[in-house]
Formats: sequence, structure tokens, C-alpha cells
Amino acid sequence: MKKLIGLMMLLAASLAFASSGVELDSPNIDLEDTASLKRGGELFATYCQGCHSAKHMRYSRIASDLGLSEEVVKKDLIVGPKTIHDSMTTAMDSKESAAWFLGIRPPDLSLIARSRGTDWLYSYLRSFYIDPSRPFGVNNTVYPDVAMPNVLWELQGHQKAVFRTEGGSKVFAGFEHEGSGRMTPGQFDRAMADLVNFLDYVGEPSKLQRIALGKYVILFLLLFVFVAYLLKKEYWKDIH
Amino acid sequence: MSKKVSRVSEWIFWRLPVDKVWKEHLSEYFAPKNFNFWYYFGSLALLILVIQLVTGVVLTMFYKPDAALAFDSVEYIMRDVNWGWLIRYMHSTGASAFFIVVYLHMFRGLLYGSFKKPRELVWIFGMLIYLCLMAESFMGYLLPWGQMSYWAAQVIISLFGAIPYFGEDLAQWIRGDYVISDATLNRFFAFHVIAVPLALIALIYLHVVALHKVGSNNPEGVEIKDNKDSDGVPVDGIPFHPYYTVKDILGVGVFLLVFSVILFYMPEMGGFFLERENFIPADTMTTPEHIVPVWYFTPFYAILRAVPYKVGGVLALGCAVLILFLLPWLDRSNIKSIRYRSKAFKYALSLFVISFIVLGYLGTQPATPVAVIFARIFTVIYFGFFLLMPFYTRNEKATGEIPEHLTCDPPLDEVIREKHWPDAKRKFLEYSVMKEVKTESGKVYKIPVLNFDALLTRVKERFSSTGNKSQK
Amino acid sequence: MSDDAVDTGRRRVLTVATSVVGAIGAGFVAVPFLSAMQPSARTRAAGAPVEIDISKLEDGQLIRVEWRGKPVWILRRSQQALADLPTLDGSLSDPESIESLQPEGATNLLRSIKPDIFVALGVCTHLGCSPTYRPEVAPADLGSKWKGGFFCACHGSRFDLAGRVYKGVPAPTNLQIPPHRYVGDHRIIVGEESNKEIG
Repeated sequence: MKKLIGLMMLLAASLAFASSGVELDSPNIDLEDTASLKRGGELFATYCQGCHSAKHMRYSRIASDLGLSEEVVKKDLIVGPKTIHDSMTTAMDSKESAAWFLGIRPPDLSLIARSRGTDWLYSYLRSFYIDPSRPFGVNNTVYPDVAMPNVLWELQGHQKAVFRTEGGSKVFAGFEHEGSGRMTPGQFDRAMADLVNFLDYVGEPSKLQRIALGKYVILFLLLFVFVAYLLKKEYWKDIH
Repeated sequence: MSKKVSRVSEWIFWRLPVDKVWKEHLSEYFAPKNFNFWYYFGSLALLILVIQLVTGVVLTMFYKPDAALAFDSVEYIMRDVNWGWLIRYMHSTGASAFFIVVYLHMFRGLLYGSFKKPRELVWIFGMLIYLCLMAESFMGYLLPWGQMSYWAAQVIISLFGAIPYFGEDLAQWIRGDYVISDATLNRFFAFHVIAVPLALIALIYLHVVALHKVGSNNPEGVEIKDNKDSDGVPVDGIPFHPYYTVKDILGVGVFLLVFSVILFYMPEMGGFFLERENFIPADTMTTPEHIVPVWYFTPFYAILRAVPYKVGGVLALGCAVLILFLLPWLDRSNIKSIRYRSKAFKYALSLFVISFIVLGYLGTQPATPVAVIFARIFTVIYFGFFLLMPFYTRNEKATGEIPEHLTCDPPLDEVIREKHWPDAKRKFLEYSVMKEVKTESGKVYKIPVLNFDALLTRVKERFSSTGNKSQK
Repeated sequence: MSDDAVDTGRRRVLTVATSVVGAIGAGFVAVPFLSAMQPSARTRAAGAPVEIDISKLEDGQLIRVEWRGKPVWILRRSQQALADLPTLDGSLSDPESIESLQPEGATNLLRSIKPDIFVALGVCTHLGCSPTYRPEVAPADLGSKWKGGFFCACHGSRFDLAGRVYKGVPAPTNLQIPPHRYVGDHRIIVGEESNKEIG
């Protein structure tokens, strides 16, 4: 038995070692913070929606979930000639965009927070660095050789990646910020957290309802279990 | 009013044996009185089947079995359909819950020898249900048409291609195309929605009928039908209704509580119930870096990967499932319950459970060289459990006296010791007075000494009160 | 078995309590399943109000627009047609539209907000066919008394140019007038009541 436990520990250790990749940062986000979601939505409309859609997200749903009026949604979130009943499609034709970005079509972002996770998104958006060897002049430490240009550079400014060699291979050591953007690093991180928060909301708009409903269902079931327990006990008196 | 109701029911029962079925399978089906925790999972599996059928019907109203529309239609259910997210999560959580419950139900069978004579057919039908369930969940898993759906299906269907001579043709026949495609999706939808559920329901019916013919096993492994009273009722049996219905209702409540916690707070279950990759639409041109089947298939997947050549891997995978069918004949011992089985069997069963869990874990991990070595070790243990069973169960000696009937469960002396001893002690103290006793070494102890006067008064009271009762 | 007598009263109370709590739970569970069959958000978005420009609509011209998947007619009635309408009252089954459905602004003899612009749901109140527009006066097949109107080919129901049903035909009530309102002089929004604010 002890040998077996030893084997298991060895196994766990070997597998833990196998997982690699860059370390991801966690954004400080809250789905109930509607102001943050709204700011994220504006960033999405301004910087992302030119190429990316979130085709499963309906503006009217955003309006009701975030408590916004139709006018506000039209003014701040809707780009182009769309009504509140439309969904967040992109203006760019997908074939045309595929030709632009090295043959890769900008993916729909409705579910990106569910497939990648919020930590990944938050880290990815903040990890572009100057790399003249790439077609758009930038590369990304989280998603190496990504086909997307750094559309947020005017907010963040450019940054350089510092690498050091360790045992013959290149290891990422950190970023060197140039400070040429409109935002301070702190402001930029907050803005990206808002954007990620919005994408998280877009990934599963019913998440808050789900969590809110869960409490009541569980309380009700506790009541049911209590009554059922008394009933069972009452009948099983005969046997015990 | 009640007279009218009884006349209506009489009219019906004369034409339809509702009352007879009710009696045979519930109110006069006698089940052993000592079912424990492990005996909840049969009825829970039935509950989950109902959940899956009801939620499935609603999902079918909105889902589109078309490669171009399937993924979007699932998102449509999740966002636009009223309460669609709840119904979809019930279905996806239900699928995993089904396997959890069925695995526990099967483990119960191993634990208490429920697969043994005279319940071989119950076990066979159960295994067929398990096979159907695998087919059902595998085909259902393709329907969301995400990356993981697509590539997992591609890999698993390719397994058939390993069969010599006609394998490739068979795989192509199953897919209806050269790869997994719209044609495959459409037919899997048909199977998932109607064909396999019908087979499942028929098999569950046979499973229950076969069980009720021979009667339920129990944690002591006693055949309660061998010990009947003059009315033909098993002495150690109790009617299923109301005793086990109320017990199962409690079980249902507790299960739904756990189910709801998962459903409302962690429907993805950390990527085990809903995988991250599956939120990306199927892309026939790029395979995700790390594809794994859903968690309930991973033990078999690990066995597949443990064998270094294709035919062998597929053969091992198939045998790993099918060997379970032979269990009633591999086990040569007459002892049913784990409570009386030999140490050898207890060790073998523990090793089997460990290997199943470890293989399940390995199946979710990338196939690194170390992981493959471990998978091989545990694959050998997995098969060892079955193939060596005729040897370590032959001439097995019981580790205690196997009871012939359940006079008392747990055994009477234990009950007296645990339940009545504190009571007796309290009573004793009640009629005692504390006296100081000095030992030779000079230490002073206080001990209770029975106060006969108090006891006598109490006895007198008791007699007079029973006397009053009888006068009434 | 214990010696205590079975407390049937307590048993009954607990059985009823469990059944009641279970039934309430089942009731709650039924809600999402039943409401899932109601129109979804997409359907509701597709059935959102539609806006129509009527500046180019000529006398006697009828245009069809789709609202909630049903045909909505917008017709500009000529002065002659408006003058003919009251003369038909005797041959109609509900000339004052008491039994029929129309929004508040169109509850009048002409059944419209503006006299000449007639908006109606092009769905026969009999069994849901869409009647044809027959503007000509006294055609051979509809008889000499026909002043223009709508004829349903499915079961022969007849309506005048205010969508009012004639006597002796299967349709029970006048054609339904959908909720609609004007934005300026030349734009109509179908699907919104006149008194309702935007949003």
C-alpha cells in the first residue's frame, strides 16, 4: 500500500512538471459591477468590434442586464446602422478580414471567455511587445506569433519584452514600458479588466441569474430533504 | 365520492392490471430490510433518466442537427430561449451525473456480489444498459459541434478502423462520410434522440423485471426468499412501498441538492462536465492541442493509449468493457458480500478501484512517457483483477460466519452493547447511591451502590400503573 | 420492531407535507419547461415593431409589410371610397366594430388614425388565410353592390375597405387593426401603441 502511494506521488509530480507555459495574471473583476461592464462594452465596441463579432450577444439583452436605456446603448455601444434588437456583429466582411490577417479570420468573441478563460484574456491583452520580425510589428508572450495587431497600443503605449538566456533557451523576463500611451499602466490594467469582465459577461449572460436562482433552489431542497427525512424516520421506526 | 372513485378504479383495474403491477413491484415486493447507502443509486439512475428525457425533449425543440447551425443553435438555447440555459445545464450535468450514479451502482454490485447466481441476467442487462449509455452519451456529445465534440468523435470512430479487413469500411459506414461531417451529426442526432433511448428504456424494464423475479441482494448477501413465513412473505423482507419509497424520496432530495449545487454554481465542473475547447465551433482543419474524451470514458481511453500499437489498443479497450460481462462466471466463490470475503478479494477489489480511478485521471492528461508507463501498470492491474479472479476466488474462505437470515442487522450483540448499554448504565445509576470506598493503598473511590429501596418503589409503581392500564 | 403503536396521524401529516412540498417543487420545475416554449428572445426581436415610409403611397395603393411574420396592409383610401363606406353599414355584421379588435386611436367608423390611411392585419378572422385586395367596383364575380374591399378566397369571407366583415360570410369579426403610430406625417411604426414612448 505504501509503495502504491509512493508511486502515485511520483506520478502526480511528473505530471505537474509536464504542464508549462507563461504565468497568467488574474484580473480583479466582478460581474455585478455594471459600470465596469459598460466601460468594457464601450472598449469592445471601439477597439474590437471593427474586426471581431460577438454575434450571440443581443444589444437589448445588454440593455436589460446592465440597466441601460435604449438611448444610452445606441449612443455608447452600437456601432453602425443597427437597432437595439440586433446582435453584436462586425462591420467587416469575414472573407475580406481573413485576407487581411495572414489568412486567419478574426474569431467571433461571444464565447472567448469560456474557451480561453478570463486570466488568459487579461494576460494576453497586456502582453503585446514590439517585434519587427512580425507582419504587424508586434508579438505576444501569451499567444506567440499571433496574427492580431496590437489595437490597444494608443492606450497602452508600446512595450518591449526582455528575454534572458537560461540553459541555452530564451526565457521571458519581463516587459519594459515605453510610456507612450494615453493611459498609465494602472489605468490600462483597469481598462483591460473591464474589457475582460465584459467578455466574461458576454460568454454567459445568464451567469448572474443562475447564481441568484441557485440559492432559492437549494433552500427549497433543504426544506424538502428535512420533511422527507422526518417521513422516512417515521416509517422506519417499524423496522429499527 | 370515494365510492365513485373506487368504481372508476375497479372499471380500470378490470381492464388494466395497474393494481397488480403496483402490488408486484412496490407494495408487495419484499426487499431486504438492511439496504444501506449503496442501494440508493438504482432509483437515482432512474430519476436521472427521467431528467434527461424531459430536458432532452425541450432541447430537441430548438437544436438544429446541421453542421452549419448546430453550434449556434446551442448558443441560441443558452441565451435566447426562455430558461434555455437551465434546461441545457440540466441535460449536460445530468449526463455526467448519470455516469457517476451508474458507476456507484455497479460498484455496489461488485461490493455485495449482486452479479452472482441467481442474478447473472440482472447483471447482463445492467451491462447492456451501460453499453447503451456509453453510445447515448458519445453521440450526444457530438451534437454541440464544438472542437472537442468533433475531434473526440473523429478519434473514437477511427477506433473502428483498427478492426482488420472491414474496419475502415465500417468506420465510413458509421460516419456516412470520409470524416465526421454533417451526415454523421444528423444520424447521431437520430440515434441519440430516439433509437438509443428506446433501447435504454426496454433494457431498464428487463433489468427491473429480472431483478424482481429473483429478488434483491443485500449487504449481508442473504437470500431472503429462502426464509419465508407461513404466508409466503420473506421473514427478512419489508415491502418496498412504503419503506423504500420514503427512503428513496429522501435519497432523491439529497441527490437533487448535490445536483443543484453543481448545476447552479459549477456547471462546467472545472472543464470535466463542459470542456473549454467545446466553446469553440468545430473546425475540420485544426485539431486542438490536447484532446480527451469526457471524464467517464477516460479510464478506457488511458487503456487504449497504454498499448503501443493500434489494433492492440483498440482490442484492449474493447476487452476492458466487455470483460465485465463475464464477471458472474469469473468469480468462483459462493460468498457474496464483501463483509465475509477473503483478504485476497478485498485487496483485489481495492486495487481494481484504484486502477480505475488512476486510469481515469491519466486519460485526462497528456500522454507523456511517464504517464504511459503508469497507464500500462494500471492496465495490467485492471485486467489482472478479472483474469486472475478464478484463481484468487477459488476455495475462498469466508472471514466470518455468513448469516443465513437477517435476524438483526447490525448483529444483535452489537445493538445491545451500543444501544442499550448506556441506557442500562443510566438506569443503574438512577437507583444507586454513591458510596466512598477506601482501598488498601489509602486511595478513596466513589462507586455507585444499588439502592434497593428506590428500585423497589419504582417496581411497585410500574406494576400498579400497568394494572391501571389493563383495567381500562 | 418496536412496541410503540404506529402513530398514523403523524404519518399522514408527514406524507401530506412531503407530497405538498414535492408538488410545489414540481410546479416550480414546470415553469422553465413551459416558458421555454414561449417565443424566444430571437423571435421577439424578429417581431419587433417595423417602421414604414408611406410618403410615396398613392390613392388606392396597398403595400404589404411583415410584422411578427404576418402580413400588415397599409392602404391609402380615395375620397370616393371613404364616402362609400357609410353606405354599406346595412349589409355588415359589425359596422361599428364593437366585437372587433382595433387599437384605441383607430376606434372609429373608418377604423383608422388618419382617415385615408388604413392599416390592418391581412389575416382573415375566420381561419387565418390572407384575403386578396379587390379595389374595383362591381366586378363580375363579387356582384354589383361591391364597392371595393377584401375577399378571402379560402372560404369566401368579404370585407369592405375598412376591413369590416359582410353579413352571411363565415368570418365572425372585422379584420384586426394592429397597434401602430405615426412618426411625423409620412412614417408609420407598426407594433407600437400611439401613446407608448420610445424604448
